[in-house]
Amino acid sequence: MEATATAPAHTPADGAPRVLEREPLVLNNRSYSWITNRICGIVENKQPGLWWLLFVPSVILTGVMVFCFVYLISTGVGVWGQKQPVAWAWDITNFVFWIGIGHAGTLISAILFLTRQKWRTSVNRAAEAMTLFAVMCAGLFPAFHVGRVWMVWFLAPIPNANAIWQNFKSPLLWDVFAVSTYFTVSVIFWYIGLIPDLATLRDRCKPGLKKMLYGTFALGWRGGNRHWSHYETAYMLLAALSTPLVLSVHSVVSFDFATSVVPGWHTTIFPPYFVAGAIFGGFAMVLTLMIPARKIYGLQDLITPKHIDNMAKIILLTGTIVGYAYSMEFFMAYYGANKFELQTFQLRGLYGPSTWAYYFMFSFNVFAPQLFWIRWCRHNMWMVMFVCMCVNAGMWFERYVIIATTLERHLTPGSWRTYEATWVDKVTFLGTFGFFMMLFLLFLRFLPVIAIGEVKGVLPQSNPHQDDHPETGIQEEDLMDYADRHVAKTVNA
Amino acid sequence: MSTTLKRVHGYLAEFDSVKELYHAAEKVNEAGYNRWDVHSPFPIHGMDHAMGVKRSKLPWLVFFGGAAGTTTAFLLQYITQVKLYPTIVQAKPATIFSLPAWFPVMFELTILFSAFTTLFGLLALIGLPRLNHPLFASKRFPKFSDDGFFVCIEARDPKFSQVGTKSFLEEIGGKNIELVEDEI
Repeated sequence: MEATATAPAHTPADGAPRVLEREPLVLNNRSYSWITNRICGIVENKQPGLWWLLFVPSVILTGVMVFCFVYLISTGVGVWGQKQPVAWAWDITNFVFWIGIGHAGTLISAILFLTRQKWRTSVNRAAEAMTLFAVMCAGLFPAFHVGRVWMVWFLAPIPNANAIWQNFKSPLLWDVFAVSTYFTVSVIFWYIGLIPDLATLRDRCKPGLKKMLYGTFALGWRGGNRHWSHYETAYMLLAALSTPLVLSVHSVVSFDFATSVVPGWHTTIFPPYFVAGAIFGGFAMVLTLMIPARKIYGLQDLITPKHIDNMAKIILLTGTIVGYAYSMEFFMAYYGANKFELQTFQLRGLYGPSTWAYYFMFSFNVFAPQLFWIRWCRHNMWMVMFVCMCVNAGMWFERYVIIATTLERHLTPGSWRTYEATWVDKVTFLGTFGFFMMLFLLFLRFLPVIAIGEVKGVLPQSNPHQDDHPETGIQEEDLMDYADRHVAKTVNA
Repeated sequence: MSTTLKRVHGYLAEFDSVKELYHAAEKVNEAGYNRWDVHSPFPIHGMDHAMGVKRSKLPWLVFFGGAAGTTTAFLLQYITQVKLYPTIVQAKPATIFSLPAWFPVMFELTILFSAFTTLFGLLALIGLPRLNHPLFASKRFPKFSDDGFFVCIEARDPKFSQVGTKSFLEEIGGKNIELVEDEI
């Protein structure tokens, strides 16, 4: 316990280079049982008043959302504001917005795992949960946008009454496969990660219904190393599978637009631009949820300023990539000499009917995150929340700009029309926020919000060779190579 | 509930820290035991090496699962788009030459089938879910999911002996050594 980061850097006597100690991932030398108690306590104790204060309105908003969908089904899809030529508007904007939010969860759980970013352990569980709930919100919009929602089974690869099959060459069908695979794989990844923590909850419960339920879902986990060995392989495989998957999902979403011949949509920059934007928006949502949660539940030692700092830096990076994509889009419209493309961008950003949306988008997504160049802004929670709120709003506007304002000024001026959302559009979207918050609050109530086992694994005392090389100050993980971990001795086993 | 007939499951010994558990595991492995395991709240770096556990076979299963996914997606698209009801849309032929447009679905199903194989392959390899296990009868064992580190040597190990294994565990620093029994 002594060799932790609060100690000064070791100064070797023989003049070897001084090695900076890493900032600890868990502050104040917390013990294993402190971590268990603190995280399980959230589930076991009564929820704070604020939880109810958020939960009740969330449930009401969910009810409002259900009402809006019932109203839409009973009246027709015309209760939404889309009319030709703006056939895709708030609904598809909301779909892309929500699905994009999910991407940060998978980035944290998969890509940061493969790149050995240990700080991910404190935030991955909540971020993955957020992914699932965001994808659930996203899926609602295209499902209801088909108009006759009872025909939504047409999306599945089943022939219709005339024995006609789906068109597998269509990006819309790719999207069905991409999003449903994404959701399923995210559930599997999340669940496998949860098994050891469910076992922890099971072992702390008194006999009864709760213990039975946690026990059932923990599948009889005993934490044996012969299990951990397979478990870690499975976890790594899922991370390796999810990484290309998450990149493919938003690429396929962008194909919905890019494979069309609509000026403003038909561009090759769309897949990377959408993926960067999705990660950008998702991290903002992770921070929006985690900063209040760490405060309310006293998790400051586990989700430290370093975690928030790292995420702020990712927001800065991806925000800048997004800014580059916006600028490049504009430049290519000029440089490509396609007058329809050029006109679209002039109308989008300079003198169209919805330039206000473009300005919101640009300032929220490109300018606001630039504050994160300043260390103080990354460490002041109010500032971080402010930027994240800007990004949350900005990313919605980005999709609105791409989808609705492009269609408002389509190829034929004769069919131009200014789009206006109806109250149903607005209230339904608001309702999905309630649905999202309700699911997230239930998650906080019933499941461990931080991956208990994974956080324990990154403590200094979890390293079996912790004090073997104290003289250099190098952490043991730097010395232990991959082969040491994975090549077995041939003695037995 | 309880019967008089009991069978010895094995010895359970507790250790104080990751480091002690790691070195204990090395010693149990050197002593030539086969049927034993260490139990810890999190996976321990290098423990497979200390225990002499071989690398998991799971990636092989997942490879074939993924291949099955690719094949399924290809056949689904080839049979429906070319054989059952060819429709010429998007200026693409209703033949095998539409293959590039089928790649996204082939990719997604490869991932989907691989992920399912990972989940079910994992459960098959570790023999879970199961409703109960003799170790859960131990009062101390539930600590494994909090801050307990245990070694359990099972009675079905050929080297196991009721006296010898106990003193061996004491020798390597085990505490609270407990005989775990299984009700028959």
